[in-house]
Amino acid sequence: GANYPLYIRSTPTENELKFHYMVHTSLDVVDEKISAMGKALVDQRELYLGLLYPTEDYKVYGYVTNSKVKFVMVVDSSNTALRDNEIRSMFRKLHNSYTDVMCNPFYNPGDRIQSRFVCLGRAFDNMVTSMMIPVC
Amino acid sequence: MEAAAAAAAGGGCGSGPPPLLLSEGEQQCYSELFARCAGAAGGGPGPGPPEAARVAPGTVTAAAGPVADLFRASQLPAETLHQITELCGAKRVGYFGPTQFYIALKLIAAAQSGLPVRIESIKCELPLPRFMMSKNDGEIRFGNPAELHGTKVQIPYLTTEKNSFKRMDDEDKQQETQSPTMSPLASPPSSPPHYQRVPLSHGYSKLRSSAEQMHPAPYEARQPLVQPEGSSSGGPGTKPLRHQTSLIRSFSVERELQDNSSYLDEPWRITEEQREYYVNQFRSLQPDPSSFISGSVAKNFFTKSKLSIPELSYIWELSDADCDGALTLSEFCAAFHLIVARKNGYPLPEGLPPTLQPEYLQAAFPKPKWDCQLFDSYSESLPANQQPRDLNRMEKTSVKDTADLPVSTQDVTGDDKQALKSTVNEALPKDVSEDPATKSGLLPPPPALPPRPCPSQIWAIMNSVAVNICIQVVEWSEQVSEAELLPQLSRAPSQAAESSPSKKDVLYSQPPSKPIRRKFRPENQATENQEPSTVASGPASAATVKPHPTVQKQSSKQKKAIQTAIRKNKEANAVLARLNSELQQQLKEVHQERIALENQLEQLRPVTVL
Repeated sequence: GANYPLYIRSTPTENELKFHYMVHTSLDVVDEKISAMGKALVDQRELYLGLLYPTEDYKVYGYVTNSKVKFVMVVDSSNTALRDNEIRSMFRKLHNSYTDVMCNPFYNPGDRIQSRFVCLGRAFDNMVTSMMIPVC
Repeated sequence: MEAAAAAAAGGGCGSGPPPLLLSEGEQQCYSELFARCAGAAGGGPGPGPPEAARVAPGTVTAAAGPVADLFRASQLPAETLHQITELCGAKRVGYFGPTQFYIALKLIAAAQSGLPVRIESIKCELPLPRFMMSKNDGEIRFGNPAELHGTKVQIPYLTTEKNSFKRMDDEDKQQETQSPTMSPLASPPSSPPHYQRVPLSHGYSKLRSSAEQMHPAPYEARQPLVQPEGSSSGGPGTKPLRHQTSLIRSFSVERELQDNSSYLDEPWRITEEQREYYVNQFRSLQPDPSSFISGSVAKNFFTKSKLSIPELSYIWELSDADCDGALTLSEFCAAFHLIVARKNGYPLPEGLPPTLQPEYLQAAFPKPKWDCQLFDSYSESLPANQQPRDLNRMEKTSVKDTADLPVSTQDVTGDDKQALKSTVNEALPKDVSEDPATKSGLLPPPPALPPRPCPSQIWAIMNSVAVNICIQVVEWSEQVSEAELLPQLSRAPSQAAESSPSKKDVLYSQPPSKPIRRKFRPENQATENQEPSTVASGPASAATVKPHPTVQKQSSKQKKAIQTAIRKNKEANAVLARLNSELQQQLKEVHQERIALENQLEQLRPVTVL
């Protein structure tokens, strides 16, 4: 199926395209990981995918929901303060915010969450902002 | 409200701060604010603010006085405002030119959205900044100095516009227009008169003749929210007065009077009539007042208001406090109120105002009142009731009893989703399996100690939750279709005499079941709040207290499991709802057959007796 971003955000805002590219390429890794888990029972499959791949500058983490929505996070390698469980909790928060967005009956699954014409997902956006700013 | 398409209409090309990109909406808003601050500096009779003298000659600047008041009205802390003033360059150049002003406004918007006050923050798109102050200059423009006395809220008044697309007829509309004029005067005497009547631009002209209206900006202009200012800005008392002197004289009265902080909430405060109206609308969608309106039903209903989908989704985000995809009565009232406000030109708030919070609404409007209303409506709508209706009722009562618990279950689910986020441990399993056992209508507070259930138990409980929720879906649809059934049945030949006494008996038995259910929710919520970390009852789980890290890992697994289950339940809901509607159709037909048969029986009976 098509892999288009429902939401993408980066800070600082230069080199944004590079991050977009990294996220897109990491989707392949995510797909690989999902299929590698096979047809295991859903409840046994971990949603958190862990470190997808490291480059010299960045680390990329992945997470997938039960409805096959993928979350990808790119962090700076020099940010050694971020531990695995922190990444996990960030993904968990993302997931929670995402389910909140889903609860809105005016939201059609597959819509962009971020469109400037859509006043939806403001809470989601604010949550992402709050996560990003302390990190930088 | 939200910044529209990012047209790069350059805001200012001054030196110093980086060039600013403003959208059209922002451009309009900022220039208007700027004009106001600049104009207010020069105009106004009486002792003008001393700062006016500081205006640099020859340049268009906003005087520091009005600007300072405006900033304070944004309700940001003082140090933030200092930061903003510094950043925008006004400190450096010594005055607020257009560039500085615009940058400052953008920074205010950023700060209000929770972003740090930095130049980078203003590069992203932001909503318009919010200011809490009375829009006196707006009145200047609209030029209605005649009406000085204001009655309070407007909003019941505004519900009449809502009528045009909700299904009320003209007669009701008239009543609504009249009652608001009465009641606001009777409403709490502490509320000071302050609103000037301002003619709204489109479509509401016929209602202009009656009650006062809070000044709204014209819908198209999308001005920042301006409300009468409370003292909450924290500035010294003299400042507001100074600001006032530069404004229309007629408002000096109103300014002196206003000093309640509750003032700020006025547009967001729901009056009695409004509450009644919302409650009636709720009932038309969902006969059970303590139950939910599902997301799709609410969506259809609110879409009729002709607000745009983005705005409706934002309103939903604001009002669905527990994010469960359904609206309780309080949430529904809040949403409805926001829609009404929006339709009348108020920009939507950044967050749900305190007077629209569900807890506040529940506390402010006690439910027993509803109960009587409910009863009245039932007796009204059963003028020529028939026996089948009795049977319906009796069946429904029993169904409702069993369904009482699923209601609480659903509440638990909804509350639990909330609890999930706030606490580490999930609380869902708490009472679900216990409920069938304790049908007395009150949840016994579960024992304190939480040995956490293992995942397998969670799944067992999840399944029972799913079942209960399915039952509830069925029950809701029954109720809805029952409401539809009523008009149909009343058209059938009536059996008034015999049926009415028995009907009344049943009717009397009906309302009592409601309080039981209603008690469920507060009980639920109370116990929920008390003990968010209680365990599944039922099969007593092994009392082994696992070591801490394992427990945490389990709880996160459980959380994910619960979220999965929630999603599954929602899908199941949809399927069942569809099924249910089909079954309801069949049920209707069967009911009609039954009516016919009953009639025949009645006719035949005397013969056989003899």
